[in-house]
Amino acid sequence: MSDRLRYYLPTLAVFVSGIVIWELAVRGLQIQRFLLPPPSDIAVALFTNRELLLQAGATTLLEAVGGFAIGLTSGLAVAFATARFALARGALMPFGIAANAIPIIAFAPIMNAWFGVTSPVSKMMIVAMLVFFPVMINTVRGLTSADAASLELMRSYAASEREILTRVRIPNALPYFFTAIKVGATLSLIGAIVGEYFGGATVALGRIIVESASFLRFAQAWSAIIVAAALGIGFYLIIIGIERIAMPWHASMRGQA
Amino acid sequence: MSDANAVVAIRGLSKTFGNAGSETMALSGIDLVIQPGEFVSLIGPSGCGKSTLLRLIGDLTAPSSGSVLVNGKPAAEARLGREYGMVFQAPVLFDWRTIEANVALPLEIVDMPRSQRAGRIAEMLKLVELSDFARHHPWQLSGGMQQRAAIARALAFEPRLLLMDEPFGALDEMTRERMNAELLRIWEQTGITIVFVTHSIPEAVFLSSRIVVMSARPGRITRIIDVDLPRPRSDATRELDGYFSHVTEVRESLKAGHGTADGAVLGTPSEALP
Amino acid sequence: MTGATASFGRRADLGGAVASIGGVVRSILAFIVVVLIIAVLWESAKWLGGGIWREAFGVVLDPPHHPPLRVTQLNDINLPHVWEVVGALFQPATRRSEHSLFAVLFDAALFTWRGAAIGFVLGAAIGLGLAILFVHSRLLERALVPYVIASQTIPIIALAPMVVLWVGRDWPSVAIISAYLTFFPVTIAGIRGLKSPDPRALELMRSYAANWKAVLWKVRLPAALPYLFTALKISATASIVGAIVAEAPTGIAGGLGRAIIQFNQQFTSGPEKLWATVFMCAALGIAFFGLVRIAEMIVLRNRHREVEA
Repeated sequence: MSDRLRYYLPTLAVFVSGIVIWELAVRGLQIQRFLLPPPSDIAVALFTNRELLLQAGATTLLEAVGGFAIGLTSGLAVAFATARFALARGALMPFGIAANAIPIIAFAPIMNAWFGVTSPVSKMMIVAMLVFFPVMINTVRGLTSADAASLELMRSYAASEREILTRVRIPNALPYFFTAIKVGATLSLIGAIVGEYFGGATVALGRIIVESASFLRFAQAWSAIIVAAALGIGFYLIIIGIERIAMPWHASMRGQA
Repeated sequence: MSDANAVVAIRGLSKTFGNAGSETMALSGIDLVIQPGEFVSLIGPSGCGKSTLLRLIGDLTAPSSGSVLVNGKPAAEARLGREYGMVFQAPVLFDWRTIEANVALPLEIVDMPRSQRAGRIAEMLKLVELSDFARHHPWQLSGGMQQRAAIARALAFEPRLLLMDEPFGALDEMTRERMNAELLRIWEQTGITIVFVTHSIPEAVFLSSRIVVMSARPGRITRIIDVDLPRPRSDATRELDGYFSHVTEVRESLKAGHGTADGAVLGTPSEALP
Repeated sequence: MTGATASFGRRADLGGAVASIGGVVRSILAFIVVVLIIAVLWESAKWLGGGIWREAFGVVLDPPHHPPLRVTQLNDINLPHVWEVVGALFQPATRRSEHSLFAVLFDAALFTWRGAAIGFVLGAAIGLGLAILFVHSRLLERALVPYVIASQTIPIIALAPMVVLWVGRDWPSVAIISAYLTFFPVTIAGIRGLKSPDPRALELMRSYAANWKAVLWKVRLPAALPYLFTALKISATASIVGAIVAEAPTGIAGGLGRAIIQFNQQFTSGPEKLWATVFMCAALGIAFFGLVRIAEMIVLRNRHREVEA
C-alpha cells in the first residue's frame, strides 16, 4: 500500500504546493481578492453553500449522465450497424468525422428551443451529441481494425460472422471504446454546463457559475467550478475503474514506456 | 596471440539479469579475443547469451563482472568514439527517410561535413548494390534489400568493427545464401572485423574464420572452432567435404554443450584461450 | 508482398483518404453529397412530421400538405425549411443593417477563426512542449499528467469571463481560452507518439552515442508525427469551440459567439438566422479540420500506411 502512496507522492506534492503558492501569492502580491480569490476564500464559499452546491451538482450530474447514456447507446448502435457494411461505413465515417468538427456549442440554443430551456432533456441532448461521435468513430475503428492474422485464423475454423464479432472484433475494439468514453465522461459534465449557460434550471452548476460571475462573486463561482471539476474527475475515475476490470490485460500494459 | 592489437578482448565476463531473488545468469566466465580482420560467429541455442555478448561488446548493456575492451579501450569509450557499426535482425530503418537519408543518419550524428556526406553515401550504396534505390523508402524494398541498406548504414562511418545480430534470420533461405555471399564480398573489400551472431550452422561455417560455440544456462563458450576452408568462398564451397565436416563438428559441439550440465569446454582449446 | 517489412515505428491510422489531388476532389464531392443528403432528410422529416406546407422552394402548394405526424421539434419555428435558412443568408442581417446575413456571418467567422488559429498554434506548441518534457522526465510526468487531465474537467466556459477580465475583451483572450482546449489532445498524443519508436531504433542511436537532442529530433519527433496530426485534427475543432465559448459569455463583439447570443434572443421571430449561424459554425469547424487534414497529407505523404482489415 505504501508503494502506491510513494507512486502518487509527486502528484500530491504538486497539489499541496500549488495550493500553498496560490494562497501566498494572492495575499503576498495583494492581488484583488475578487479577481482571483485565494483558496481560503473558495473553501469558505464551498462550505457556506454546500447544500446549494450539492443540489446543483446533482442536477448537472443527472444531465451529464443522462446525455452520456443516450450518446453512448446511439453511438454503439450506429457503430455496430455500420461496421458490418463497408459501403455504409465509407459513406458515414467522413460524415462522422466532419460532424465531430462542428462546434456543439452552436447547437445549445437550438436544443433549448426544441426541448425546453428549463428541462434537463435539452442539456442531455447536447451532452449526447458530444458523446455520440467519439463513441461511434472509435468503436467503428476498433471493430474494423482487427489484425488480419486473427481473422484468417477464425476463418480457418469456419467461424460465423457473429463468432468473429464476439471473439475477435469486440475484444479488439475495447481499448478504442474506452478511450472514447473516457473523453466522453469529461465532456459530458462540460457539455451540461455549457448547455446550462444558455439557460436552464436555476439550481444547476452552470447557472450558479454564470450568475456568481456576473455579480463578480468569484469565490462562489470557483466553488461551483471545483464541484463541477470534481464530478468530472470522479466520472473519469469510475470509467478507469471499469476499464481495469474489463481489460485487465490491456491496463496492465500501461506503464511500459 | 596477444591482446595488444586485438579488436575485441573479453576477460572473465559475466552478466546477470534480474532483481535479487529472481536472477538469471546470462553469461558466465567468458574469455574471447578477436584479431583484426577476423570473421567470428557466435552460435548457440536460444538463451545461451550470444546476443547479450554482442550487446556487451557494443556497450548497449553493462557487464556484471569482467572486462570488455574494444580497440584497446573499454567498450563504453569505444561506443562514445563511434568505433563500431551495428546491424540487427530487423533492418530498423526509419520509415520517413529515403534509403540514402537512412544511410546518412550516422554521418549526421558524427557531424561529417555535408559536402563529404553525399560521396560517402554513394560509395556505401554502391558497395551493397543499392545505388538505384537511393531515393526509395524502406517499405518499398524487399526484406533482403532493407538489410543491405542497414549494412550500408552500419559501414557508413567506416568503423573497424561490425556487430551483427542474426541479420539474415528473417530472410528466406535463397536470399540468405545470396546475402552471405554479399557480406563476404563486402568483408573482403573493406577488411573490417565482423562479430556475427547466428542460429544457422551452415551460415556460420560458410562465413566465418572462427566459430564460437556457446551453451545455455548459464551462457558459456563450449568450444571455438577454426574454419580452415579456402577463401574466397562461393557456392562451390558448400559442396566441399571440409564444409560438411565442419558443419558436423559444430553440430556435435552444440549437442555436447547442451548435454553437459556445467558447460565444460570441449575439444582443443584454440589460441583464443591463452 | 515484401519480405520482412520491418521498417520500424508504429504507424498511426492516417484516416483513410488517398494522399493525392484525386483524393481531395473525391472528398469534396463526397462532402457535397452528404450535405445534399442531409437537406433531403431534413425536408423529409418535415414532410412527415412538421408544420403545414403551404409552399416549397417558393412554389405554392395547392392544396397545402398536412404531415401525418405532429412533432414539436420539426415545426416551422424549431426546424425552419432549408430554403428559408438559405434565403435568410441573402437578406439583411438585421432590420437596420445593410449587409446580408451571409456577409455578417462570414466576417464573424473570420474574426472567430483568427482567435482560434492563434490559440491553436499556441496550444499545439504548449502541448508538444509538455509532451517532450514528460517523455524525458518520468518524475515530472507522474507529478503533472494528472493535472493535465484534470484541467480539462474545469468548464472553460466558466473561466472565460475571468480571463477576459484579466486580459481584455479582444482576440488575446479568445486565443488563450482556445489554447486551453487545444493543448490537451496534443500533449496526450505527443507522449504516446514520442514513446512509440521501436526500442531497437533507440538502441541504434545509443550505439552512435547520440545525445538526447539528436534522438528527439531524428527519431522521436518523426515517429510522433502521425499521432500528433490525429490530435491536431481534434484540436482544430477544439480551438473553434474554445473561441466561441470565449466570445459568447463575455460579449466579445465581432465573432460567431456574439452572433449566437444575438440570434438566440431573436429565435422566435427569426429562427432561420440562428440556424444559419449554426451552419456557419459548422462550416468553420469543418474547414479548419480540412486544412489540418491537408497539412497532414502533405507532411506524411511518404509514410507507409496501415491497411484496415
